[in-house]
Amino acid sequence: MKKQNFGPLALGILLVVTLTGCSTVKPWERGTLADYTMRADRDPLAVSLSEHVWFSREAHSGGRGVGGGGCGCN
Amino acid sequence: MIRNALLNILHVKRLGLWMVLVGVLVATGVAEPKTLKEGDPFPDLSGFGLEGALPTELKGKVILLDFWASWCGPCKESFPVLEELHKKYAASGLVVLGVNVDDKAKAVEDFLKRRPVSFPIVRDASKRLVSAVDIETMPTSFLIDKQGKIKGVHRGFRGAETKRAYVKEIEELLK
Repeated sequence: MKKQNFGPLALGILLVVTLTGCSTVKPWERGTLADYTMRADRDPLAVSLSEHVWFSREAHSGGRGVGGGGCGCN
Repeated sequence: MIRNALLNILHVKRLGLWMVLVGVLVATGVAEPKTLKEGDPFPDLSGFGLEGALPTELKGKVILLDFWASWCGPCKESFPVLEELHKKYAASGLVVLGVNVDDKAKAVEDFLKRRPVSFPIVRDASKRLVSAVDIETMPTSFLIDKQGKIKGVHRGFRGAETKRAYVKEIEELLK
């Protein structure tokens, strides 16, 4: 008797289950992402301390993100 | 064992593979509707349950419809320009209409208190209109001709550059 091969089925199920978990946040739904509390640089003191630690450990600084919030505007 | 697993994957029957592929594409939303483009008729605004009063006379007018939100930085920059265009061209037949997409009406009120404008504002609280139009970025504005067809789509706001484009297109459509 031929052995059943469930590999493709398992792969298909895995793909469907994982890929359907992806979600696109539409441009008009980014109010929460654009909130001030979502900004990585909202606390200047914490940023400068963090920069100091990075510079000491990694011998580099800067290159920290881009301007603007998370609204992805323009 | 790994070799066997790889061989199993390679021997997936063709039909099964297509079914999986189609299922994944549909489920992940690849086949979503596209943003309206130039030449398309703009949907009838009265069918979307917008909050606030729409201008009574829209037929036969050139409309600059702007999707905006209180949390969107470039929208704030665009408001003085929209107000200026409204004041300059309203008498010639231009209607500037702001369609807000905020979740909370309070945010809109606060925004308009800080930046009062005289052109009409409505709120797409249910997001039905913005979903139907499916804009790609905030803000997005549509310039609609007297026949209700889209003549220009402006994605984002880039200060003087966008203003120049608005003026050129509006003056062309008002002729």
